[in-house]
Amino acid sequence: MELGDEILSVEHIYKVFGTRPGEAMEMLEAGKNKDDVFQETGQVVGVFDASFSVKKGEIFVIMGLSGSGKSTMVRLFNRLIEPTSGKIFLNGNEITGLTDKELLSVRRRDMSMVFQSFALMPHLTVLDNAAFGLAVSDVGEQERNRRAREALEQVGLKGHEYSFPHQLSGGMQQRVGLARALTNDPSILLMDEAFSALDPLIRTEMQDELIRLQAEQQRTIIFISHDLDEAIRIGHRIAIMEGGRVVQVGTPQEILNNPASEYVEAFFKGVDSSKVLRAGDVARFDAEVVVGEPQPGVAPPAPYAFVTDDDHRFVGLIDSTVNGEGASPRTLAPDQLRTITFDTPLHEVLDIAASVPYPLPVLTQEGVLHGTLSKDAILKSLSHH
Amino acid sequence: MSELTILDPFQVLHVPLGDWVEASLQYLVDNFRGVFRAVRWPIDQVLNGIEGLLQSVPPTIGILLGSLLGWQVAGRRMGIFCAFTLILLGLVGVWSESMTTLSLVLTAVFFCGLFGVPLGILCARHDRLEKAVRPVLDAMQTLPAFVYLVPVVMLFGIGNVPGVLVTIVFALPPLVRLTNLGIRQVPADKIEAARAFGCTPGQMLRRVQLPLATPTIMAGFNQTLMLSLSMVVIASMISVGGLGQMVLRGIGRLDMGLATVGGLGLVLLAIFLDRLTQAMGERSAVAGDHRRWFQKGPLGLFLGLFGIGKIKPQAEQQS
Ligand SMILES: Nc1ncnc2c1ncn2[C@@H]1O[C@H](COP(=O)(O)OP(=O)(O)OP(=O)(O)O)[C@@H](O)[C@H]1O
Ligand SMILES: [Mg+2]
Repeated sequence: MELGDEILSVEHIYKVFGTRPGEAMEMLEAGKNKDDVFQETGQVVGVFDASFSVKKGEIFVIMGLSGSGKSTMVRLFNRLIEPTSGKIFLNGNEITGLTDKELLSVRRRDMSMVFQSFALMPHLTVLDNAAFGLAVSDVGEQERNRRAREALEQVGLKGHEYSFPHQLSGGMQQRVGLARALTNDPSILLMDEAFSALDPLIRTEMQDELIRLQAEQQRTIIFISHDLDEAIRIGHRIAIMEGGRVVQVGTPQEILNNPASEYVEAFFKGVDSSKVLRAGDVARFDAEVVVGEPQPGVAPPAPYAFVTDDDHRFVGLIDSTVNGEGASPRTLAPDQLRTITFDTPLHEVLDIAASVPYPLPVLTQEGVLHGTLSKDAILKSLSHH
Repeated sequence: MSELTILDPFQVLHVPLGDWVEASLQYLVDNFRGVFRAVRWPIDQVLNGIEGLLQSVPPTIGILLGSLLGWQVAGRRMGIFCAFTLILLGLVGVWSESMTTLSLVLTAVFFCGLFGVPLGILCARHDRLEKAVRPVLDAMQTLPAFVYLVPVVMLFGIGNVPGVLVTIVFALPPLVRLTNLGIRQVPADKIEAARAFGCTPGQMLRRVQLPLATPTIMAGFNQTLMLSLSMVVIASMISVGGLGQMVLRGIGRLDMGLATVGGLGLVLLAIFLDRLTQAMGERSAVAGDHRRWFQKGPLGLFLGLFGIGKIKPQAEQQS
């Protein structure tokens, strides 16, 4: 996946809810935490010194327990909630401090939002709902209906244009919500627990849909979730929030392998690591590797040896486990073998590994031998987490 | 003569409230004649317009139009019901009086809507304004009409226009209250969504708040209409014509027949208007959900028959 530059970045952003944020800010600067501040001043800290950036074209998931400030965080991005202090940059331009008019244009053009409660307009048809953002921007009726129809088709709602939201199921309503956000063709899609209200089956379906749409259109998506499986499934990178703070940002694998704190570790405890880890994360370089043609008659030191050419490209495997009188090791070419690429999820590797006797060669996209994966290694890596 | 005694101090201690009120009224009458005339003028215009229209329509046509209106708004059964009540009004011989009363009521409702809805919207937006307005509305509703009947007569004279004014005072509060309530009750997530898509406050009002508050606002109109009707008899004390006058005269002359006929007319008119506006409220509640059905329904057919093409483009869009 090609990721471009940063599209959105936040620097030391704070949000304090209440009438005396100044007091709370002083306490925070003095090193007090969210609970202390609440007990002493009654001010609620929503977001607490958050700094991170989102790259163009990625699905960035913000995760955390209830009340950790996720919703507050996304609403700071389009300034539905005003930050108490700190800066937010969109494409390098500061959006904290924009005038009302400029802010409107950011909301109309650059960021659209999908809500947990769908928040569709009950008095508008599906088509009018999908066209809502454009109608607000005074786009002509024909143009806006055309684009709304396109978006509805993308989310699989063709034919429902003239239904009203209450006539649709929850999953379909959220598709309308998604279409409404897509119609504006925003560069950033903000999704606040967009799929949390849906049942598990529909939810998986919508996640796939989102992944597909994102792959097609290379849109930046900031997705809020309190569900780790969801985060891992769709997220390229995950930010973990705790009590208003962002405690760790990284790919699922990075976080799983190096949790920044006990909180994060506890968070990842229940997760099925075979779904997070990929072959490349656990592949080792512990097998025998022979460069160039194997010498006939020279038995390799290990039961299996991997052969690469001078550019480290994988060209075959020497199998010395052949039984029988005077049997000599045989060489297997890559097309006689099962090979896997390094980004194959581990749970898909399990099956393959079980079906062959030799350690699996793990290759990069270019065919370079990245490492090997024996059954032992797989089991070890799974039990380790 | 009278001295201050503990047991009855009010022989001497006395606040001449009545005198003050009278003096200030006199002052108003003397100095602000122009203002009151200016207030009279628009009410007069609207009232004359509506009454002229209603009185000029022959009863048969009136009944026909009324029933068609009912049909349009709430289906065939409502149409038949409207026809029935209107015919009954004609049969008991109060058609013309009914039209006078109807025009008074409609004028009052028109002005209530003109001021009440915007005031309600403002109240919904500004908590402090709502706090300030609420006791005033309470006073308007609870103050006996007789109390302000006299000053209104002193300031505006007698006749239909002051009658409408008195009615407005009494009938305005529920519309303001319900408009305020309806707008405040719009779910917060819809408001947030509208903001997220870049609505200005004006767009928010037009595209989200008012449409979602419409059923509640319509209930406010219904209440205002009913209260206006209930003021008719009291207003007739300052020589407002129509059904109220019949009742009042009947009471004055102990003419049970006249009073009963006038009363029955009022009741019929009330039922007619209540059902119609209630249906309108429901329609707008449902209109949110079934506008398409509504465009296609008997209304579309009906308007089509009369060659009003407004519905057409949308009907085409659906196919
Ligand atoms: N408008 C508000 N006024 C006061 N406090 C608020 C407001 N909005 C949020 N908070 C507080 O800020 C904190 C973070 O809330 P937020 O809604 O961002 O959490 P969340 O991570 O989205 O939780 P959930 O998963 O339940 O949606 C909470 O303690 C909450 O009580
Ligand atoms: Mg939330």
